[in-house]
Amino acid sequence: MTLPPPLAGLALPAAVVGTIGAVAAPGFGVVLAGLALLASALWAATRRGYWVEGFGALVAAALLLRALPAVADDAGIGFWGCVLAAWLLAWHATTTLSAWQPRAAWLGRLQAVLVPLLFGLWLLVLWELIVRGAGVPSILLPAPSAIGARIAGSLPILWADFQQTYLRAVLTGYAIGCSVGFVAALLIDRSPFLTRGLLPVGNMVSALPIIGTAPIMVMWFGFDWHSKAAVVVVMTFFPMMVNTLAGLKAASRIDHDLMQTYAASYGQTLWKMRLPLAMPFVFNALKINSTLALIGAIVAEFFGSPTVGMGFRISTEIGRMNIDMVWAQITMAAVVGSASYGLIALIERGTTFWHPSYRR
Amino acid sequence: MIDARGLSLVFQTADGPVHALADVDLAIERHAFVSLIGPSGCGKTTLLRVIADLEQPTAGSITVEGVTPEAARLARAYGYVFQAPALYPWRTVAKNVALPLEIMGLPRAERMERVKRNLALVNLEGFERKYPWQLSGGMQQRASIARALTFDPDLLLMDEPFGALDEIVRDHLNLQLHGLWHRTKKTVVFVTHSILEAVFLSTKIVVMSPRPGRIHDVIACDLPRERTLELRETPEFLAIAQRVRDGLKAGHAYVD
Repeated sequence: MTLPPPLAGLALPAAVVGTIGAVAAPGFGVVLAGLALLASALWAATRRGYWVEGFGALVAAALLLRALPAVADDAGIGFWGCVLAAWLLAWHATTTLSAWQPRAAWLGRLQAVLVPLLFGLWLLVLWELIVRGAGVPSILLPAPSAIGARIAGSLPILWADFQQTYLRAVLTGYAIGCSVGFVAALLIDRSPFLTRGLLPVGNMVSALPIIGTAPIMVMWFGFDWHSKAAVVVVMTFFPMMVNTLAGLKAASRIDHDLMQTYAASYGQTLWKMRLPLAMPFVFNALKINSTLALIGAIVAEFFGSPTVGMGFRISTEIGRMNIDMVWAQITMAAVVGSASYGLIALIERGTTFWHPSYRR
Repeated sequence: MIDARGLSLVFQTADGPVHALADVDLAIERHAFVSLIGPSGCGKTTLLRVIADLEQPTAGSITVEGVTPEAARLARAYGYVFQAPALYPWRTVAKNVALPLEIMGLPRAERMERVKRNLALVNLEGFERKYPWQLSGGMQQRASIARALTFDPDLLLMDEPFGALDEIVRDHLNLQLHGLWHRTKKTVVFVTHSILEAVFLSTKIVVMSPRPGRIHDVIACDLPRERTLELRETPEFLAIAQRVRDGLKAGHAYVD
């Protein structure tokens, strides 16, 4: 077993402190949680039962969450002792689980899903317990449950914002920016004149600060999504161009010699050798740009937009102290950003399966 | 087939000019198997690259099949096998072998037929759908030979194709290459720095020496055309090998 011994060792005293503290300042749920933790910590200290301790920690967490309204804003040492013990046990159980090497393939897949899932779940649980247990003002950091409630209660607004910012501005700008960057790279690669002429201009465009260009784009293209798409174009153009240029230089001398012995034309060499070799670089740019585009569109909406859009919502709701709506938008942006990144990574695996990093 | 007269090539480098080839005269007749042998830096690869129009000579003249190397290259007169297999990892073995045919615009049915025939020629049947990185080094090099043969050029230029392989694989491929040459009646120019390999395969051995790269000796290798590995133990074989070794020694190949 590769688990760090202090974790299991520390959990036991924390559980003892938690249980005693809970008995001293009565809170029935916390006492139950303390007992569950005590039992699991004892089990963990004496046997290799990480299923037991992981399950015990989850049960204790559920009990603590239930007890939250009673102890809210004024949690005693019993509560915090239990939180600490539950966290240590969960940590211990998750490290053990991730070090586990199952023989069956389906168990391996289950493990690959379970470990990050448990990790994320525990992050949310601790966030909830700490924020509500310590009475952190929701203006500083709302509890996950409050954010969840806000998301569930504002689905039509979120959908409208998603359509405006992502489906219109981001996707349009991303498609145009990436294609223009790609074509510019092909042209620059083809012509020494453009290498000297266009490349410095591209470098300069990349150095323009978005907070400077966004208001100008709004002046040029209006308040609606077109100006945000323009900002996204400016942001995504350069990474695509630079990466494609690097990719077009990826072919070695022997690769070029081979094509030359076949008297292959420029187009044939490009299509059959240089572009396939450039694909890992192109996908790098596509991945970088997928998150960059979302950031660009959201920030651009700060400088003027119709009364819809993720950036518009964030900038107005923060002014109205509706922090949970801001967090709901952040959550949506995170989910959408990771999903687009993941989708591109998936396509990349299918396209550049031959690359040493993906070979099986 | 190939006729070079007074061929010289000087590379301009940061450390001054390097005389890669100096006054090289060489005639290679049809159906010959000519080995260029010599130590590193003797210009044997450069000479092969000049024949292939991958380098331009700075002086002298050369014709390949009666025309300039460039015209020969544009007419796809030769197949070139590099030191490394240079197979494209995103193409299957069959698709790699079909690459020159695609570039030359042959119809799909003919491409498939030729790929099948040439993979059989190098004993790679059944590996059509594998990717190059799933094959051993020897199999990859055989695939690259099949690729050079697939458009049926009369001339085969080979630049130390077996240099990176171990001796057992090398012996095996030498036998296969000999059989291939014997059956197909192609002209082969073969760069190597293995004496045994050169004597075993060649009808003519060109011994080169470095600084500047020039031809030291041309040795006719009149062993029987049917060759087996046992031939390497015969006195006739050893006598020719000794002559090549003497030539390399006299050309200062061993002085450093």
